Amino acid sequence: MKQYPSWLRPKKLAGLIALSLSVAIVPHSLADDEEDKEPQDPFVSINPDPFPSTYSPEDSGVVLIQNVTMLDGIGGEFTGTSVLIEGGNIKAVGNMLSAPSGAVVVDGTGKWLTPGIIDNHSHLGVYPTPDVDSHADGNEMTKPVTAEVWAEHSVWPQDAGFSSALAGGVTALQILPGSANLVGGRAVTLKNLPDRTVQDMKFPGAPYGMKMACGENPKRVYGGKGGPMTRMGNVAGYRKQWIEAQAYKEKWEQYRADYEAGENPTAPSRDLRLETLSGVLEGDILVHMHCYRADEMAVMMDVAKEFNYQITSFHHAVEAFKIPDLLAENGVCASMWADWWGFKMEAYDSVQANIPMVHNAGGCAIVHSDSDLGIQRLNQEAAKALSSGRQAGLNFSKAQAWQWLSANPAKSLGIFDQTGSIEVGKDADLVLWSGDPFSTYSLADQVFIDGVLVFERGNEELWPVSDFELGQPGEGER
Amino acid sequence: MKTTMKTLAVSVSLCLSLGALADDIAITGATVHTMSKQGTVENATVLVEDGKIKSVKADGKVPRGYKQVDASGKVITPGIIGAYTSLGLVEVEYSAGITDYSVKMEDADYLGTQIDVSYAINPDSSLMDIARIDGITSAVSGVSYTDTFFGGQGAVITLGDKTNPVLKSRAVMSIDLTGDAAEGVAGGSRAILWPKFMAVLAQAASLKGKALEQDDEWEGDLSRADVNALLPVMSGDMPLLVSVKRLSDIRNLLTVKGMYKDLDVVLLNPTEAWRIADELAKHNIGVILDPENNLPYDFEQLGATLSNAAKLHAAGVTVAIGMNTHNIRLATQHAGNAVAHGMPWQEGLAAITSNVAKLFGVDDQIGSLSKGKRADLVVWSGDPLEVMSYAENVIINGKEMPMESRQSKLRDRYLADPKGAPYRYIKP
Repeated sequence: MKQYPSWLRPKKLAGLIALSLSVAIVPHSLADDEEDKEPQDPFVSINPDPFPSTYSPEDSGVVLIQNVTMLDGIGGEFTGTSVLIEGGNIKAVGNMLSAPSGAVVVDGTGKWLTPGIIDNHSHLGVYPTPDVDSHADGNEMTKPVTAEVWAEHSVWPQDAGFSSALAGGVTALQILPGSANLVGGRAVTLKNLPDRTVQDMKFPGAPYGMKMACGENPKRVYGGKGGPMTRMGNVAGYRKQWIEAQAYKEKWEQYRADYEAGENPTAPSRDLRLETLSGVLEGDILVHMHCYRADEMAVMMDVAKEFNYQITSFHHAVEAFKIPDLLAENGVCASMWADWWGFKMEAYDSVQANIPMVHNAGGCAIVHSDSDLGIQRLNQEAAKALSSGRQAGLNFSKAQAWQWLSANPAKSLGIFDQTGSIEVGKDADLVLWSGDPFSTYSLADQVFIDGVLVFERGNEELWPVSDFELGQPGEGER
Repeated sequence: MKTTMKTLAVSVSLCLSLGALADDIAITGATVHTMSKQGTVENATVLVEDGKIKSVKADGKVPRGYKQVDASGKVITPGIIGAYTSLGLVEVEYSAGITDYSVKMEDADYLGTQIDVSYAINPDSSLMDIARIDGITSAVSGVSYTDTFFGGQGAVITLGDKTNPVLKSRAVMSIDLTGDAAEGVAGGSRAILWPKFMAVLAQAASLKGKALEQDDEWEGDLSRADVNALLPVMSGDMPLLVSVKRLSDIRNLLTVKGMYKDLDVVLLNPTEAWRIADELAKHNIGVILDPENNLPYDFEQLGATLSNAAKLHAAGVTVAIGMNTHNIRLATQHAGNAVAHGMPWQEGLAAITSNVAKLFGVDDQIGSLSKGKRADLVVWSGDPLEVMSYAENVIINGKEMPMESRQSKLRDRYLADPKGAPYRYIKP
């Protein structure tokens, strides 16, 4: 199930690494038995998952959602369709499905069914509500590169915003560190079902992300604190880090190679910052980079080539419409708002057709929020973008547009094999809308995560209330 | 056309910079939501003469000499009024030069009542075109950030005049009485903030409506100019727009309103107002809000809810929607979300048109379509509160506005095929 980064273990011994062990003992018989070699010390490996997911959904039972208009999230629209859920997964999809005995039947007549919305840019939990100073846990603004911090260690599961996002149909989301730093730290992907701990929310098997930032923010924050104070300073900063990360990666590779050759090398000392950066170079950690301007995105794609890593997605890519061909060629997604603009110079050149313009060039377009309010209505953001595209002659269908909300963000998070579309075998992360979700007036009536009904409009029992809200004036009023 | 040569000359000079000459126009075939006593008129003919609405009639005839604009199957509403913006006062918020929407006096003695944005409105701001092509035809504009006690005087502006954008200067006096304000101007406590506010009102009331002259004796600790600026507020001629969130603060305001009955109080972003909706209605206190604001960001808005607008309306409170500057064009979406959460549709539309005009005392000019009102109207592709709908034609003061902005030009530049040339040479 869990894909562990290959660079964290010796290739021959992969099967022997146990989850909970930070040090694996190598049986003598497997080592090279030459007489003149000193005996090997235990092989040092690094546990890639020291904060493992404890997410465990309830049993979904068997659920049949009947007679819906369905957007499958990968470009298809179907009417009069039914979806059968069993064991938390999508068991069958079709027009002629009948309810197995014991199944819960949901009548979807007049309603629309979509994959759950996936927001790949959220700060819920790290900048939670109440948004007081004590809760400002999203930006480690102490130095320009803080690849060693992990957002999950800041996530407060009692953020009221998770439940409001759920009421908006969000079933999974990536929580990122802020954008003050060149490298902000690790991001974490969650199922939107908060419980007592962040581990209870962690999306099983999801790879880690790493947050980077271009442009104005790092230079504004560090310009008076030793730099970088310019965009060229930013780029020098990234390159310096990658050079160090390459060296670190090579040291561990050397250690593994020497060990496999039967020698007894001393393991390099661990460095949390370089561990994360070299995880990117290995392709195990996905880069999510805050970058508004087209010219800066182009520079960053060259930096990625220089150091042989992949940028998974640019975020807040306000100027993506200027370089959709470059984004498509480089296989880099653009995560965008529908229409936010003007709060700083790098957000000045905004167009409302940005998202469809990226799609139109064959690129991977994603609707993201970066907002605890926006995340509650991402379907409306897609609708505005779709309409703006049509006004400009880019005639995408609603079914195509839903890719911006589920399949593409799922791909950008490395979880598309599990969620992000309505296909047999996938997690039953679904939203049943009161009507066409491209209408302002449609609301999520029911939200399923792993087949379990976790939100139902109008049903107080299924209206989640955080500890913080309990007994306060707004309890149950969101 | 009945224009005199003089007004014609004025029109010509205006149209050099913006919009077609103010022809007399007949817009036919649309569903028109007049937001006046006339209600909604199907298959209407809207006659526009000399920049004013002449009539809205079902199946009306098009008189000779009128330019006919076919809007069959479309929806017409009064132009959307941005209820609280800083339009014309800011181009780019951070690190991009002077922004008139932010006032830093660093002077505790300066009350802020003299701030008057009508001198600062820049009609060439790109935000004007960008908002206008999405149906915003006028707006209330005021400063967004001040370190003074009062936020000063805002103006009602039109988005359709590059020469004289101000429709009504000194239209509103604003003040922030939230906890944030206490932090900024009152030692971090409401226990100072409110007595300070009451003391200012008491001094202003002591003038009994008569402005202080230079020679008049004056024992108050406010400057003459500062206190004089409050006279229209005390008389109710200028609404007092109060930022407030917490229920107990709103109750304080009701007490103040009881002491100074002429005050025309409007609440800005009152997250917890729904909890005291009946009282607000009884005291004729209107609200401007963002209906999407539903999270307990701090301890003064624990009661934040998506149903705020609907509950206030149901109690009889006049609700206006539209708090934004760069994206005031989203006022329609915000109103739509208020409707999605229980507000009647007509009231959602009123919240971005007629109610705004009423709250700021400009309902004799804008906010509804009836004889004699300014011809500020929008032809929509469909229901304007639907996110997929868009403005097809925007008419301000009787003139059809150009449907382009810096943003639409950028879009068109990058949709074009440059045929190998640098994009700089593509000028849509």
